Amino acid sequence: MRLADTLRFARDAALGYPMRTTLSVLAMSIGVAAVVILTALGDGARRYVVGQFSSLGTNLVIVLPGRSGTGGFNPANAITSTPRDLTVDDSAALLRAPAVRRLAPLTVGTSEISFGGRLREVMVAGSTSDFLPIRNFELAQGQGLPDEDWNRGSSVAVIGSLLRTEMFGNGPAVGQLIRVGDRRLRVVGVLKSVGQGLGMNTDELVIVPVALAQAMFNTNTLFRILVEAKSREAIPEANEQVMAILKQRHRGEEDVTVITQDAVLATFDKLLGALTLAVAGIAAISLAVAGILVMNVMLVAVTQRTGEIGLLKALGAPARTIRLAFLAEAAMLSTVGAMVGYLLGQAGAFTLRQVFPVFPAYPPDWAVIAGLGTALGTGLLFGVMPARRAARLDPVQALMKH
Amino acid sequence: MALIELSGIERRFLLGDTTVNALAGLNLQIDAGEYVAVMGPSGSGKSTLLNLLGLLDRPNAGTYRLEGRDVTTLSPDEQAQVRSQRIGFVFQSFHLVPRLTAAENIALPMTLAGIPLKERNARVAQALTDFGLENRADHRPDQLSGGQRQRVAIARATIMQPALILADEPTGNLDRHTGDEVVHLLEALNGKGVTLVVVTHDPSLGARAGRQLVMEDGSLQHDSAHATG
Repeated sequence: MRLADTLRFARDAALGYPMRTTLSVLAMSIGVAAVVILTALGDGARRYVVGQFSSLGTNLVIVLPGRSGTGGFNPANAITSTPRDLTVDDSAALLRAPAVRRLAPLTVGTSEISFGGRLREVMVAGSTSDFLPIRNFELAQGQGLPDEDWNRGSSVAVIGSLLRTEMFGNGPAVGQLIRVGDRRLRVVGVLKSVGQGLGMNTDELVIVPVALAQAMFNTNTLFRILVEAKSREAIPEANEQVMAILKQRHRGEEDVTVITQDAVLATFDKLLGALTLAVAGIAAISLAVAGILVMNVMLVAVTQRTGEIGLLKALGAPARTIRLAFLAEAAMLSTVGAMVGYLLGQAGAFTLRQVFPVFPAYPPDWAVIAGLGTALGTGLLFGVMPARRAARLDPVQALMKH
Repeated sequence: MALIELSGIERRFLLGDTTVNALAGLNLQIDAGEYVAVMGPSGSGKSTLLNLLGLLDRPNAGTYRLEGRDVTTLSPDEQAQVRSQRIGFVFQSFHLVPRLTAAENIALPMTLAGIPLKERNARVAQALTDFGLENRADHRPDQLSGGQRQRVAIARATIMQPALILADEPTGNLDRHTGDEVVHLLEALNGKGVTLVVVTHDPSLGARAGRQLVMEDGSLQHDSAHATG
């Protein structure tokens, strides 16, 4: 039989039993849709986290006090003395490292902000003029912190966009005097609205000079030092140099933790990538189940159409023709199911993106290809057995079953 | 030359633990262009003989020569090839494919044989005219009367221009009048030189044939060709 005739014959046979066909197409499409949606979720989570980390800034090396920041509990840490604090002088010393382009010491605390009788609690970040460019923050109005002696701390503040609207409404903000804690500060700049940033909502942040913040919170330690390496390639180098300088300053004790953004990013990337794979694997099981269902449906079809198969044999159809016809039908059911499932999955992912706009729920290409491939593969694989059974039927017996 | 030559044909079936001899030591020759009726009571081996002649079944012993060629030793696919080219079947219950139209049913043997669409359409159009089915081409079997269905089946059986037509109770499911029509059609085909073998219970139908075979218990009890000659 010609290929076009085989396909037409298989199509007519599938359309001849609409219920049976609909059910197996449905099963297959649910399987494929599950793969598409679940991997879209998994990969969306991965992209979301990676995106959040990237928004911290580029080529970032973060220094935090204490040794056991990452790597779990180490009994050796439990018996050593409290780690030495990070100070502004430490951070200034790091500027000597050749692989470091710029850095920003960071102190954080909470305080109250008030203006014109309005009062609210805010997070205060104490840093330097390089803080904004390192963190990729942009200014909507005014300017950033002044480039001054890090130990001086003039009475100025840069505020987040939400604070601006809450405190000043539609009135001008830059140049106004606000009260933060027991200090009176002049607003010199307003940040652009960026929404959620990992662990810190910058729209509700007040940024002040680091010396001022330390005085406000009565401390001389730093929460973090944000170091920007000269380039992506210079990150490991910057890491070593920062470590060496701090070790030297802390009398040979490695009592700080240096994490590079790349390392954290890679870890999360790997972790969530594995999660996506696992989810895809689970979804693939539903594809296998759908394949078995297609096999069942085809086996029923062989039984239902025994008389027809006998007739085809009597009319001179060789076993190969009958095998191909049934295989083509199974392949068609899987193909249509896979297509419908793909569309359903994309529609589902689209709906997810509409409902959660910050969540990039796009199914990865490999998952779509693997999902469609598995669907067609299982459809064909599980179509072989019914097709062989049909081809092996004894024509005399088959004809009597009409 | 004989079209069909059966010698020493044995066909046994195993029913439970008893062996039934459906055909035992059967020798038979049918010449090209003959019109043969096979009669006999149920279980006498008529249908088994027809299945053997149509290469749907294999004998346990003996040889079957069709057009001088031993076809008992052919592989199933080679036998399918012979069925496709040389043998047409007409069944009691028509055996039309319900989802295909009359025209598609008629074209089915050509479709299976891989004949190009253009030639198929031409031959189907001719067949529809020959069998008075021009207005029924796009009807499905359930939209056709019994006589029309059997005419479609006969058109299908002849579309590959076979040398041999095997009809199993072709009028069994039809009333007297339409049955007669169908018989006339088959006889017209025989008149054009096609060898016709009809299995029937109906004595009046059997009597119309040029040669009658009466079977009983798996062997030929009476062969009119030998009785008269």
